[in-house]
Amino acid sequence: MKRTFSQRLAILSDAAKYDASCASSGTEKRTSKSGGKGLGSTESSGICHAFTPDGRCVSLLKILMTNFCIYDCAYCINRIFSGVERARFSAEDIVWLTLEFYRRNYIEGLFLSSGIIRSSDYTMEELVRVARTLRLDHNFRGYIHLKTIPDASPELLAEAGLYADRLSINVEMPTEQGLASYAPEKNAAGIRSAMGHIRYRMDAAREKAPSGRRPPRFAPGGQSTQMIVGADAATDQDILSSSASLYTGYQLRRVYYSAFSPIPDASVKLPLIRPPLLREHRLYQADWLFRFYGFNFQELTENRPDGMLDLEMDPKLSWALDHRDIFPVDINRADRETLFRIPGIGPRSVIALLAARKHRTIRLEDLERLKISIRKIRPFITTPDWRPTRLADRTDLRTLFKPAPAQLSLL
Amino acid sequence: MMLPHAITLPADASFGMWRDHARALLQSNSPPECVEWRIRSAQDDLFAESDPLPEATPTSHKTVQRGCVRLLQRILCHTSPDRFALAYRVLWRTMHQAGLIRAATDPDIAAANHMAHQIRRDVHDMKSYVRFREKKIPDRNERHFVSWFEPDHHILEIVAPFFAGRFTDMNWLILTPKGSIARNGTDCIITREPCARETIEDETEQLWYTYYRSIFNPARIKLKTMRSQMPRKFWKNLPETELIPEMLVSAQRWKVQ
Repeated sequence: MKRTFSQRLAILSDAAKYDASCASSGTEKRTSKSGGKGLGSTESSGICHAFTPDGRCVSLLKILMTNFCIYDCAYCINRIFSGVERARFSAEDIVWLTLEFYRRNYIEGLFLSSGIIRSSDYTMEELVRVARTLRLDHNFRGYIHLKTIPDASPELLAEAGLYADRLSINVEMPTEQGLASYAPEKNAAGIRSAMGHIRYRMDAAREKAPSGRRPPRFAPGGQSTQMIVGADAATDQDILSSSASLYTGYQLRRVYYSAFSPIPDASVKLPLIRPPLLREHRLYQADWLFRFYGFNFQELTENRPDGMLDLEMDPKLSWALDHRDIFPVDINRADRETLFRIPGIGPRSVIALLAARKHRTIRLEDLERLKISIRKIRPFITTPDWRPTRLADRTDLRTLFKPAPAQLSLL
Repeated sequence: MMLPHAITLPADASFGMWRDHARALLQSNSPPECVEWRIRSAQDDLFAESDPLPEATPTSHKTVQRGCVRLLQRILCHTSPDRFALAYRVLWRTMHQAGLIRAATDPDIAAANHMAHQIRRDVHDMKSYVRFREKKIPDRNERHFVSWFEPDHHILEIVAPFFAGRFTDMNWLILTPKGSIARNGTDCIITREPCARETIEDETEQLWYTYYRSIFNPARIKLKTMRSQMPRKFWKNLPETELIPEMLVSAQRWKVQ
């Protein structure tokens, strides 16, 4: 029996939900006003158009072209031996749906991925065809994120970069051993070399030739990746050191961490657990500290006995309690780097503080006007009217910051 | 002591209207404590107009910093009745004290920054949560879309370029209680008259419900995150939120299995 369009949409979006990324940010700024009529624009910071009860935003139409797949990756709901319902959309179906959703302002664009059918090149070519049709036939100027098939040919990759804002390849598992045991057909070296290739092309696209000719556009929104947390034995330290090499070696824009969700009809190889959402949250906080606060990943885990981040408090607070010697910090004198280390202060507050400091001496009440939480920051700073009781001497410090005990839920 | 100088403005006065008064006040060297900003109410008769301005005293020509103008433009979109007085106070003080605009600890600047922040959020929410429905008009080539949205502040002028730059191959109309933005053919037109809601059925919305239901992962429930990002006040104009109770019930069933 042939499924209706709506049934196929349900199957193919259900299959796409395990990809965490929904970002529509970081690309060039475009509108539909220049260069004739078109549809769509991009903003520098991306827009979320709805939120679902899982707390995730809906920014892009996130969908698989097909959930048929010839691979057998244990963590994936679409692996060849899984009993899920299968469906496929044609390139035209996806183009139509993207445009209709976009016109109603439901989405910022398309995040297209697919199971591997026939061959890597065939699948990649179909994905590229969707992007090409949107851009060339419909003058679509919204956001396009294409999931890249690691071993597809370089020509297809070059064309994908021409139309897509962002490309991504999932490393899936934080360690090579994890990938080898869960995804027998994928290989870590192949994935890394594809990422290296994307990076090379992005760098090349930014350079002007001596003749002044601009090279072809290539994925101005950069590349991102995702790894699954909690399916294998990798520690937070393993995960974060893997992220560090991805950020520095391949210039990734984002690394996503996806708490392993037990999938329907799961492989027997997998643990039967609730998704470690808090662990995922701590990893994102650590990632944030690396990208915006000048921390390196090593610092965050080196004092942890088992290589795991503290679940009870955020990694910045945990770091501060381990480095009491630098606190309290004089908020009127400390340099920028030190301000970034104070728990309860974010990049925006640091900038506001530095500007306000030129104007007057900061007192405790001024912090309130800068929308900084005095309760959080007070133990770590001094101002002319405030000096904490000696922080370094207290042995019960951790309990002061620990969350109150809560009763466990029965379910 | 100088007598307070009264200025009466309509409740939705634009930046331009305020600026004309502010410019004249500045030229006549009137300090903020000598100006009283009033909002015209329905009871006011036509003669409750502003006092005539005091004589302009010849002063040297001063320019207002660009950062300051931008801040003032933002806060004048706010619905707070205090905005006129606050804006003039910020203007007056920045003219007399260089660098004040960056002193976020100053009470006036902090209040202005807070208002500007609320405006930014309102603009952002409007870009996110405007939903178009297609209105079928027979014998017309271009497609027509209509939306109903309720912004908190007077932000239509700020947000219009976003929609105008995004949807250029279709006609559209955004109706709000504070006015409307429309694109018909090539022009983008903004009005300030309150609009009434228009009810339109659009069958493509069913596909959106299917998508919203399917992209949700029942293994992770984070209601607090959802509510903080998509506050309750928007739900009445976001029809997919009616699906949430049913989605949570099926998530519960999924968990028990």
